[in-house]
Amino acid sequence: MKAKEVPQDDADMMRGIFREPVYSVDEKGKYTTVRSVGWDPKNAVMQQAWDNINEKIEAVRQKVLAGKLSPIAFYMEKQIMDTGLLAKYMGLWRWKVKRHLKPKYFNQLSDDILQRYAEIFDLTAEELKNIDKIKSEE
Amino acid sequence: MDIKLDFEHKQSAHCENGVVSNLLRFYGIELSEPMIFGIGSGLFFSHMPFLKIDGIPVTSFRPLPGVIFSRISKRLNIKFIRRKYRRNPQKAMLALDRNLEKGIPTGMLVGVYHLSYFPDPYHFHFNAHNIVVNGKENGKYRISDPIMEDFAELTSKELTRVRYAKGTFAPKGHMYWVKENPRNINLEEAIKKGIRQTGKNMLTIPINMFGVKGIRFMAKKVRAYPEKLGPKKAALFTGQIVRAQEEIGTGGAGFRFMYAAFLQEAAQVLNNPKLFDLSKDMTAIGDMWREYAIITGRIVKNRNKADESYDLAANQLLKIADKEEDFYKSLLASIK
Repeated sequence: MKAKEVPQDDADMMRGIFREPVYSVDEKGKYTTVRSVGWDPKNAVMQQAWDNINEKIEAVRQKVLAGKLSPIAFYMEKQIMDTGLLAKYMGLWRWKVKRHLKPKYFNQLSDDILQRYAEIFDLTAEELKNIDKIKSEE
Repeated sequence: MDIKLDFEHKQSAHCENGVVSNLLRFYGIELSEPMIFGIGSGLFFSHMPFLKIDGIPVTSFRPLPGVIFSRISKRLNIKFIRRKYRRNPQKAMLALDRNLEKGIPTGMLVGVYHLSYFPDPYHFHFNAHNIVVNGKENGKYRISDPIMEDFAELTSKELTRVRYAKGTFAPKGHMYWVKENPRNINLEEAIKKGIRQTGKNMLTIPINMFGVKGIRFMAKKVRAYPEKLGPKKAALFTGQIVRAQEEIGTGGAGFRFMYAAFLQEAAQVLNNPKLFDLSKDMTAIGDMWREYAIITGRIVKNRNKADESYDLAANQLLKIADKEEDFYKSLLASIK
């Protein structure tokens, strides 16, 4: 690829925080890097990955609002975690975390455990329990 | 304690190359990102359908994290000290402070998810990211993150959090630094070793998931995706290939352009004009990968409809595989 042909298709994927160096050939045939804000096919596959994640989050959100899953399920999905990863952060067995996704067990959780979940999700324990907060998340 | 080491930060496409290149510059050794990448035999290909992340098969254009690093260390005879502090974040942070007091820029592995200065779309649970801490001012650590254009900052709490990210490749407080000023570097020999291993890895691993065979294997899989998976999932699987190729700090075309840049530099160091011609061939191969990405981009945008471009995508991969096979054969022959 030629340096002057390095695409600059901005889809705001990098939020203006940085541009990525792309290796390309200058007019004298020598390799150089050109900073790029994005490229259409790359933006498309990144967007696809996030659309996929967001669809899953929305599906879980609906289940939490319907009382089928606990708020932990929502915040876990929102942080792109699964029960295995969340269990590692919590230092708990995976089957325990799986249980905590059920409203019945969630409602019996000790303050200590709730607090630990909340910290992982960057929330207070009160916020974690608050279903209205999940209602307003979209 | 306020410390600011005289550390020059240069942005790179890929973190592992970048950290090594920036660290070595501090010790007076100027090696570019492509040079580090080439000597460390960073060019690779694998497609592993049985290994899935989030239900999607893993495709990779590079070896496992840490591999480039250890090859560089061996081939350039640079000694690193490595430490892990499995269960003791306080100790890990103290050890870092002690290093900074001694004036040692310190590399470390971190998780990307909680890296506060990263843009949102890059927040994934990827734990093998490399940064160099090179100062501490007003309680904030000065970070050289190869992905960023300039220095970044993290509080002690933020840095501790990313050093103890959990999951695959959990960093566990791992940090590393240069043990002694490197001497006796045999650049010519290191380059040849790097090239030889790249050629071999791409041609001779007797498993169909790796190297040129891996590209052909993936072509077969891609062709079958729409029938086997339905339009949406097929698009997700094939889109992931292009993410590995373009998104994850490859410098474009799955590191192919970076490798071409390496061959240009290598041609000069070894005074071998054949490598200069091979660099052009590799650029052409990179352009073919970019075409493949364009086909995939179209598939992904039309992902809710049945799409016929999968055959086109698969054919393109087969063309690439043929070109790459010839390329690595000539590459090996060129340094005999």
